[in-house]
Amino acid sequence: MNTAQFLTIFISAVFLYNVILSRFLGLCSFVAISRETKPAMAMSLAVMFVTIMSSIITWFIYRFLLIPFELTYLRTISFILVIATFVQFVEMVIRKISPPLYRFFGIYLPLITVNCAVLGVAVLNIDMFFTNSKAIPGSFYYSVFQGICVGLGYALAMLLMSGIRERLDLCDVPKAVKDFPLAFIIASVMSLSFLGFNGFRF
Amino acid sequence: MKKFLNEFLKGIIKENPTFVLVLGLCPTLAVSVSVINGIGMGIAATFVLLGSNIIISLMRNIIPARIRIPCFIVVIATFVTITELVMKAYSPALNRALGIYVPLIVVNCIVLGRAEAYAQKARVINSLFDGLGMGVGFTLALILISGIREFLGAGKILGYTLFKGFEPAFVLGMPSGALLVIGLLLGFFNILKNRRT
Repeated sequence: MNTAQFLTIFISAVFLYNVILSRFLGLCSFVAISRETKPAMAMSLAVMFVTIMSSIITWFIYRFLLIPFELTYLRTISFILVIATFVQFVEMVIRKISPPLYRFFGIYLPLITVNCAVLGVAVLNIDMFFTNSKAIPGSFYYSVFQGICVGLGYALAMLLMSGIRERLDLCDVPKAVKDFPLAFIIASVMSLSFLGFNGFRF
Repeated sequence: MKKFLNEFLKGIIKENPTFVLVLGLCPTLAVSVSVINGIGMGIAATFVLLGSNIIISLMRNIIPARIRIPCFIVVIATFVTITELVMKAYSPALNRALGIYVPLIVVNCIVLGRAEAYAQKARVINSLFDGLGMGVGFTLALILISGIREFLGAGKILGYTLFKGFEPAFVLGMPSGALLVIGLLLGFFNILKNRRT
């Protein structure tokens, strides 16, 4: 475990291989919810929370359940079930404890179950921080940190996009590209500018 | 027979999952660098759609309504795991090229969307044709997008160079190219739709 590795994970998850703009994970929610800044931020916070928690949970499941019993081929099924259950559980807890918070991001939580970003991070963690079904040193910390960084990358893209789209409401755009098509074209230009980070060397 | 044909055809044009319903875009954009990848992803998704539609339609009277989503996800995840294992065994190169997007078919909105909107209410044979049609529509959309990207971004189709001296626009092979192509195609289909009405 060293600091350089953490820095690499941070730069690559937030800028280089941004979940949305480069890996295309969570694109549906990105296009659908980025019309205004406030709901976009609520969604980003919810996604960040769930990616961090699912990184932790899936790491423990893989390390202490699937590897010892040689069940690694059940990775996809077990991960998606655990994530779906966890999201449902969080929704119930929030509804009980804090109704204002539930109103704030209640409707976005169920959507996260089928958000590719959450399962994507879990699978990426396993691909990157396990070699030959063995955890590399510090793999737990790397996994959690990658969960945080992917959430940050998602929030960054959401914030930029919703800001641009709020301005776009005031513009006169061709009827054919209104809404979805234009959102993709803008995302394309954003992705192009993020490509500039590719020159980073350590 | 005509009814089944309609079920099959609606997924290809009228309710095309990519261009009309705008679902399941993550794999569409990520793997459409080359036509081969697009076809591989299309076939894998079609298999999962077909299998999950049939099984969910068979179990539609057994699954309790309140826990239907987890049940659907287990069925879908099973078929995805089968696909993953088969692909790893018989086509490791394709598996490497598609990477994490193979397990991510589980969260592809098209599959869960068809289960929720169609298969849980329809008869088995109808669901079969619906799944097949949606799968073929998805595959055709992938071929269209990846064809444009491979031709303009690398100057090739299916790995063969078409013109000598064609200077490819590399940006179309990059992630931003995928977003640009889908944005322009969606706009193009909107123009067609507006003209017809």
